[in-house]
Amino acid sequence: MLEIKNLVVQIEDKRILNGLDLTVNNGEVAAIMGPNGSGKSTLSYVIAGKEDYEVLDGEILLDGQNLLEMEPDQRAAAGVFLAFQYPLEIPGVASMTFLKAAINAQRKARGEGELTTPDFIKRVNAAAGQLEIPKDMLKRALNVGFSGGEKKRMEILQMALLQPTFCILDETDSGLDIDALRIVSEGVNALRSADRSFLVITHYQRLLNHIVPDTVHVMSSGRIVKSGGKELALELEANGYADYRESEAA
Amino acid sequence: MADVTLMKTPAETGLVQAFESAKTLLPGNAESRAKAFEQFNLRGLPHRRVEEFKYTDLRALMREAAPFAGTPSAVQAKEALAGAKALAGVSALQVPFVNGHFMRDAVRFDALPEGVEIVPLAEALASGHDWLARLSPIPWAADNPVYQLNTSFMADGVMLRIAGPVETPIHLRFVTSETSAVATATRVLVLVEDRASVTLLETHESGNGTGHQPNDVVEIIAGDETNVRHVRMNAEGDQALALSTLAVKMGTEAQLTSINVVVGSAVSRHQVFANFDGENARAQINGATMVKGRQHADSTLVVEHAAPNCESRELFKTVIDDEATGVFQGKIIVPHHAQKTDGRMMSAALLLADGGSMNNKPELEIFADDVQCAHGATCGQLDEDLLFYLMARGLPKKEAESLLVQAFLGEAIEFVENDTVRDALTATVEGWLRARS
Repeated sequence: MLEIKNLVVQIEDKRILNGLDLTVNNGEVAAIMGPNGSGKSTLSYVIAGKEDYEVLDGEILLDGQNLLEMEPDQRAAAGVFLAFQYPLEIPGVASMTFLKAAINAQRKARGEGELTTPDFIKRVNAAAGQLEIPKDMLKRALNVGFSGGEKKRMEILQMALLQPTFCILDETDSGLDIDALRIVSEGVNALRSADRSFLVITHYQRLLNHIVPDTVHVMSSGRIVKSGGKELALELEANGYADYRESEAA
Repeated sequence: MADVTLMKTPAETGLVQAFESAKTLLPGNAESRAKAFEQFNLRGLPHRRVEEFKYTDLRALMREAAPFAGTPSAVQAKEALAGAKALAGVSALQVPFVNGHFMRDAVRFDALPEGVEIVPLAEALASGHDWLARLSPIPWAADNPVYQLNTSFMADGVMLRIAGPVETPIHLRFVTSETSAVATATRVLVLVEDRASVTLLETHESGNGTGHQPNDVVEIIAGDETNVRHVRMNAEGDQALALSTLAVKMGTEAQLTSINVVVGSAVSRHQVFANFDGENARAQINGATMVKGRQHADSTLVVEHAAPNCESRELFKTVIDDEATGVFQGKIIVPHHAQKTDGRMMSAALLLADGGSMNNKPELEIFADDVQCAHGATCGQLDEDLLFYLMARGLPKKEAESLLVQAFLGEAIEFVENDTVRDALTATVEGWLRARS
């Protein structure tokens, strides 16, 4: 279970999150929607541990562990996974080398033995097949020259291999065509389970047709201003964020 | 303006004394040695006011001249070679040198690969061998003080003649095993006959804590339609002052690849003098340098496109940790007649700590009007966003840094075709990274 209490965050003296509270239960898929600049991506980076942000107040607990006291790699080993809105290209690092390094680093942090190469390859092939990732893509440098859709599929492949307990999808639908959206969504849905929860950040309701959330939260000016069930997403799609922007101004 | 004669430094005085006592003992043409030393002595050790040595002030860096090493005993030589580690896993024809002396007993002259001839340089100098006429293929190298010192003092080395395709790599293995500081001066001449091909490995190693002063020159004359692959590694001890020169002359349609990997030496300067002598030749000249502590590593390159329609590519990568210093000086010269020259030179440095420094000096001298030449130089730190991405996937910071440094250097190494050699170079990078974490 992820619990965020009164989170206050700034970057370069600009306040982004203003006392945000959010609870995501085990097995729950929570969607966060909100206008541009409401702090959605900041929230995802702060949970994952990016350095640039200054946390002024509040706490983030994953199954009772205080994430804010942990380095990004420790958070990953504790079960946090952030699927990046813009996955980074790393020239010179083969995708397979990267995947193996990531899996084994997490296993090591958890006191587990390293995967043998045949075992690793077996797992990668199984997960890659499901996401329709061709083998030659895995031989290339990580994300270098990948299309937008390929990059997002690579993120979900990492998620499938690392088996995190808390997954953040930061605008995973951006830059995806209809087929890629379906493949990525199916990949995510296959990973839904009672002991894994998701935070799905999106501007559009479209993604939530494919990854149906249990709860929907509206974010504005750095806090959650409304929470509800999946029907809230439809309401937002119909009415836009205008109501919530007004509340910002008020 | 009158020339001001400077006081000689202790090192310069030491070199004069060394030459005076050695000149009658060294083999070969005494006149050419005397001429080279005279030229050197006129100006002395190059210092920061000499343009080519602005960033590597040898007058300041070389405090005194180490005595030249004598011939090692058979036991000493055997032990030195048994302990040699550089590219040890690569199966190759071994051409070993201990303390600057060619170990002819370690080579089976009766069982050399087909197309390979080896002549010990000391003997050749003494007997006035025909091939000596082909030494010093780059005339303007004679103006370079490091090269002049080598010409003055060269006592040993080998001359190799390659005729036809030679599959087995040839490993020029230099080991210095003296426990007190010694100087060495070796010269290797490689004559690659038309349509021949060869892989040359060159490694230099010595123990830590001793200020050895090697000055090594490798000269390659690559004939028409030749293919020469050259891999060099500086794994000298942490106090060494290592000077080296690679002089290459390429014939028509010759292909050359060369990489210098630097992990050793307190101070090192590797000079590459390349000359395109025939049309449609291609050279890829790379460097991968890793320095830490207070190490200083200089890569200086002059590529002379003396013939039209040639292509040169230079990629030098430098990783600098702690308070170390990197230097890259690269010059591409294109004379009037060398039309359709295509030259690209790039130096990229990665600073891992605040105290390090990098000096980049790329230069183009172009007199022809139909050429494509480009140079670039970058200097930066590891990308914080990439580090975060890797850490968010579970890699601890040091591991994430290592992966990015490996990727950075890998770009300069990946062209090496021989799998075992490339793996050995990659392992060298990994070893350097492990030592820093």
